[in-house]
Amino acid sequence: MTARTVAGAGTGRPGPPSPYARPPVVTGIGVLAANGSSTEEYWAAVLRGDSGIARITLFDPDDYPARLAGEVKGFDARKSLPGRLLPQTDRMTRLALVAADAAIADSAVDVPGLGRYACGVVTAASGGGFEFGQRELEALWSRGGGHVSAYQSFAWFYPVNTGQISIRHDMRGAGAALVAEQAGGLDAVAKACRHVRDGTPFMVTGGVDSAMCPWGWLCMTRSGRLTTVRDPRRAYVPFDHDASGLVPGEGGALLTLEDPDLARTRGAVPYGAIVGYAATFDPRPGSGRPPGLRRAVELALDEAGLTAADIDVVFADAAGLPEPDRIEADTLAAVFGPRAVPVTAPKTMTGRLLAGGGALDVATALLSLRDGVIPPTVHIDRPAHADALDLVTGAPRETALRCALVLARGYGGHNSALVVRRAG
Amino acid sequence: MSTFTLDELVRVLRESAGEEEGVDLEGDILDVPFDDLGYDSLALLNTVIGIQQAVGVTLPDDIVSQELTPRLLLDLVNGHIARPAAGKA
Repeated sequence: MTARTVAGAGTGRPGPPSPYARPPVVTGIGVLAANGSSTEEYWAAVLRGDSGIARITLFDPDDYPARLAGEVKGFDARKSLPGRLLPQTDRMTRLALVAADAAIADSAVDVPGLGRYACGVVTAASGGGFEFGQRELEALWSRGGGHVSAYQSFAWFYPVNTGQISIRHDMRGAGAALVAEQAGGLDAVAKACRHVRDGTPFMVTGGVDSAMCPWGWLCMTRSGRLTTVRDPRRAYVPFDHDASGLVPGEGGALLTLEDPDLARTRGAVPYGAIVGYAATFDPRPGSGRPPGLRRAVELALDEAGLTAADIDVVFADAAGLPEPDRIEADTLAAVFGPRAVPVTAPKTMTGRLLAGGGALDVATALLSLRDGVIPPTVHIDRPAHADALDLVTGAPRETALRCALVLARGYGGHNSALVVRRAG
Repeated sequence: MSTFTLDELVRVLRESAGEEEGVDLEGDILDVPFDDLGYDSLALLNTVIGIQQAVGVTLPDDIVSQELTPRLLLDLVNGHIARPAAGKA
């Protein structure tokens, strides 16, 4: 579905019937983030404006220019997962397994009752199990090849979360892992939608990521996009004159996505529906052609059969760097009109979660639609795009909400846009 | 060199492959196939790596099999401890 084009898009000509005519619905959410270790704990923290960004504790960050992160607090996998899974997983996969358990429990679906081939898993990933890989590289070079875990064969690999979730819940239908950095979290949800439409009625999807080890941190710092600001209140401030880079975080969200008829038959109360999506790729740097974000937004709206006026809130990508922030602000002003739609970036409280970020924003958007309240963007002292963006800052904004647009850009030129609609 | 005991094997199993829910490794497990104790071939391979570290011998990879039990594994390991060269024959 990557970069799919819609016939008639933007031309006013009727295209083919929307593939979202019977949109898949989200019936379960599992969240782990720096400011909340469950969906409702996270949602309450986000509405209070509580940030989880702080100095790194999982390793000593003193040798690195960037020292802040959004770490999941107090996570003890031994309390949540069977002992057999601990030697074969690292922190990333353990977080993903716990979030998947929470989402499936929230959906109240009976997986064995549905049948193992009626259930599938699509997750987003970035670098895979960095921490596992680091541990085994240490074993190889300090103690020798005879000390490398047999589980290295898969535990470092980017599809490992999909595989472990699939095995744990015996979900043997469609399975995949997508890698597009931040954009991957949205791409995974859209791919899961396609599997639902193609006949797999129940999917676990989204993304949970972590690279909180020196090896993962080094890779991220080398991108040049991390802020070196040490004050957690001023470090990750997208759309602010002081925007200096991003703060990485860990965690994310996994969702259960299902055929609307299945949800109705079993009496599930959905959070909402996924009604449109598009992904585009930026042109080669220096080509002079415009960035791909606007096209992604317009194609997603077309696919949803909606216009800009139908969107009640935008969950921004919020890169936290001046140029990408400007591109996003200009894009939103061009599509919606200047300050014509509320925009927010609750990820200012969690950091950017690699492959988990887009999925967490989808979860946050669904909770926002459910409760009729837009969570704030925090720590914005000097707004840089006030003429273009109606950025929700300071306090949550209560308002009637029906449709939300979620944007995510992945390092290297990925742009994804996803439209969610409130249930009912 | 001393004998590799069941207690030591259980310790290595827990560390290298974890413990299946509902299985009591303190119980009478000597003749229970590892498969029934919840350990697949990869878990056993990782356990063999752990045993090699614990006793300082090199064991052949092909000792991992479907029928393997704790008693058979202990016999194999102790055979290698007694005759270190046998593993390379």
